[in-house]
Amino acid sequence: MAEKVLMKGNEALAEAAIMAGCKYYFGYPITPQTEVAAYMAKRMPKIGGTFLQAESEVAAINMVIGVASCGKRVMTSSSSPGISLKSEGISYLAGCELPALIVNVQRGGPGLGGIQPSQSDYFQATKGGGHGDYKLIVLAPASVQEMVSLTFKGFDLADKYRMTSMILADGTMGQMMEPVSLDLGEVKEYAKPWATTGTANHEGRNIINSLSLSPAQLEEWNKSRYERYAIVERDEVMYEEFMMEDAEICVVAFGIAARISKNAIMEARKKGVKVGMIRPITLWPFPKDALKKAAAKVKSFLSVELNMGQMIDDVKLAIDCSKPVYLCNRTGGVLMSPDEVVAKIDEIQKGEAKAW
Amino acid sequence: MNLKRVTLFSGHYGSGKTNVAVNYALNLAKSGKKVSIYDLDIVNPYFRTVDAENQLVKNGVELIVSPFAETNVDIPAMNASSYKMVDDLSGYAVVDLGGDDRGALALGRFSDRLKEENNYDLLLVVNKYRPETRDLEGVLQIKKEIEYASRMKFTGIVNNSNLGVETTEETIINSLDFIEQVSKETGLPVVFTAVRDDLAKNISKKIQNVLPIDLIKYGSWL
Repeated sequence: MAEKVLMKGNEALAEAAIMAGCKYYFGYPITPQTEVAAYMAKRMPKIGGTFLQAESEVAAINMVIGVASCGKRVMTSSSSPGISLKSEGISYLAGCELPALIVNVQRGGPGLGGIQPSQSDYFQATKGGGHGDYKLIVLAPASVQEMVSLTFKGFDLADKYRMTSMILADGTMGQMMEPVSLDLGEVKEYAKPWATTGTANHEGRNIINSLSLSPAQLEEWNKSRYERYAIVERDEVMYEEFMMEDAEICVVAFGIAARISKNAIMEARKKGVKVGMIRPITLWPFPKDALKKAAAKVKSFLSVELNMGQMIDDVKLAIDCSKPVYLCNRTGGVLMSPDEVVAKIDEIQKGEAKAW
Repeated sequence: MNLKRVTLFSGHYGSGKTNVAVNYALNLAKSGKKVSIYDLDIVNPYFRTVDAENQLVKNGVELIVSPFAETNVDIPAMNASSYKMVDDLSGYAVVDLGGDDRGALALGRFSDRLKEENNYDLLLVVNKYRPETRDLEGVLQIKKEIEYASRMKFTGIVNNSNLGVETTEETIINSLDFIEQVSKETGLPVVFTAVRDDLAKNISKKIQNVLPIDLIKYGSWL
């Protein structure tokens, strides 16, 4: 294994993107993801790539559409308000069926919000954000190492399914430093016969477009896209199970909230409470089956999130509301402490907690 | 190396300047000196000296930091009292700069006064395990950029080579040759090696001038 290095989440993610063969980056600075752009600005000229600080987020995402149309690996990154600005372009990427990587290092919202870490763009990432019938592959890292591995994975899945992937990180993941291995293995190349690379070797023209002049055709496009989404839901779900063997309470948490929860679970276990966790790594596709299977064994679920309660809806849907689901949350850029999660677990144990 | 009135810590971002500066200031205070720590980071609003406020105050270190550090006010501000660093010659000053040349820019306005008093050390904090400073070329590049931005020359090196929570004695021992090479190439002395406190005692038997680092406490999940 390659020697480990100490990296900040944002720069580790940027380096992983370069290692995944991304030579094009378009962005606009915003805290807490600015190091991604700063790193790309330094590195891209050295590897013969392109870094461009666009005049706005809207410009940057449209540049991404351009490069993705040519079949090249391309990315942009931002933080919450910037992703809102990019959302029109993200919908166009979906409509054009273009592989690309979007990175959201979330901060508190809504509006300009604040610069401290948050997970309040869960709905935006998994339910749309932009308009129309579409899905993004949404990956939620919980360590700097996963900022690396999921970036690599995100590019691969995007190419494999002709979809846009999103890394849904948060300010903590972006700013914290951890030792990482950049040993990522081979980049898998995918044929892209649809790319607009000139007409030299094939008949006719490739057209990248999201406009349909016929409603029936648009319906057909949407249906065929959702057939592909069904394959992604079947084959690409990722999650981590933690101490679930004998668990009676199942915590569901992703990203930094999952790290906090892990500490809380160890504390609660010391007191004899049987609690475990399912950590979704893909937020879409959501690990529905894993939760459904857990629902047959556990007494209740506890969704731990840095928002007013967003993923909890998916937890309830996954288990068909068959067990009570509770919420432990902080929002606005405030992290909960492990103790707050333990307190919630105690409340559930004593029957004092109110289900969502 | 004789202790100067002003000790400035600069280097690559993420090289560990803040932890080194805070512990250095605490060390001076514990030896009975009157110390102020100046946080001149105009680059990053996170992971700042203010996170160690309780510990600094408890040990009598005066903390001079932008009131906006670790808040939602994301502007490159300095505390107006920062001039005390060059105005009040009666106390020791420990200065924590922001990362890279962008961070060192904040020093420009003090550089003439510091040079005039001529009682300072500008120390280059190096972590061999940061990808951009893992080779000689990278360190020399950052050194050059910071000296240009700050209009000052480095006077020494701090070895802060570490791999975060995965740091072992071996991690540090394996950095020594490289730091020695940096020292030779730059002509700058290695002033001390910063070592996490649980490893410091043992390593002090093997190398000289170890500064034990009591890491600033963030959430245990970090």
